[in-house]
Amino acid sequence: MIQEAKFEYLLRLGDSSLVIGHRLSEWCGHGPILEEDIAMINIALDFVGNATSLLEYAGKIEGKGRNEDDLAFMRGEREYRNLLITEQPNGDFANTIARQFLFDTYMFFLYEELKSSKDETIAAIAVKTHKEITYHLRHTSQWMLRLGDGTAESHQRLQNGVNDLWMFTSEMFDMDEVDAILIKEGIAPDLNKVKASWEKQVKEVFAEATLILPETKFKQKGSKEGKHSEHLGFLLAEMQYVHRSFPNAKW
Amino acid sequence: MEDSQWPVWEVFVQANPGISHKHVGNVHAVDAEMAIQNARDVYTRRSEGISIWVVPANAISASSPEDQGAFFEPSNDKAYRHPTFYKIPEGVKYL
Repeated sequence: MIQEAKFEYLLRLGDSSLVIGHRLSEWCGHGPILEEDIAMINIALDFVGNATSLLEYAGKIEGKGRNEDDLAFMRGEREYRNLLITEQPNGDFANTIARQFLFDTYMFFLYEELKSSKDETIAAIAVKTHKEITYHLRHTSQWMLRLGDGTAESHQRLQNGVNDLWMFTSEMFDMDEVDAILIKEGIAPDLNKVKASWEKQVKEVFAEATLILPETKFKQKGSKEGKHSEHLGFLLAEMQYVHRSFPNAKW
Repeated sequence: MEDSQWPVWEVFVQANPGISHKHVGNVHAVDAEMAIQNARDVYTRRSEGISIWVVPANAISASSPEDQGAFFEPSNDKAYRHPTFYKIPEGVKYL
């Protein structure tokens, strides 16, 4: 029971990192300036590295002989457990920054809690990841201030990005029986605590960036059951194409 | 042609405690904070350093190439100016 919950939980963490990492990697060669291009790809690689560790461990917990590549490349979209916000298309640069900021802030506080997970492997992964995410959050927070409090156009584009993505944020804090089992075991944190920290941080940065908190109450959810937006299938098709065309290829 | 790029910052990275920062290249950035972050991403991705300095490129004054002779050649034939007569103790790093 606990092992099954742990497997599911690791997929949720790992898939979110993998999918947002892949999204960011789509900026490769398209960044607004060379330095930012490199920065975004560094961050993308951090996410993919984090996903590799989590999915490798998920495969071990599952005990059916699947490794991280099997889990990444041989599951369809209904089997993916990434949060909906992570699969949303890049849009313009401001839209990407909005998505990264909302998710980085979540990940920062989530992994801060996971550092004291009673599962030693998860705790060890969290310690490493938290250092990386601290930098990611610093990077995206800087851009939130620069764009939000920049020109009229950069402000408008960032506000549009935030408005479009807002309906995907509440799902980050939803909990189900998987969370309940793992919270009881001290393996996963109570997301209400993460939510309080997230809201405080987001409000602070929004205020400084002169952004308006969206008031929409509409919420999108479904990732915990593998119900995704229409974008994930296309992302996976591109990400999985080579692996599925040439199974077990090595280079 | 007008330069549409952001200002250039020269980047210096310290590889280990106690040794000097070494010039490694430059980055574009609008201010010091962004310059340090860009330098981190461009020049220290593979454990190259523990500290970064950035300096606006236009804040650096340089000697002119024409001065090369007057500045540097007079020392070439004065062997006594070079510390070649000392033995370097074993175990001294970064000298």
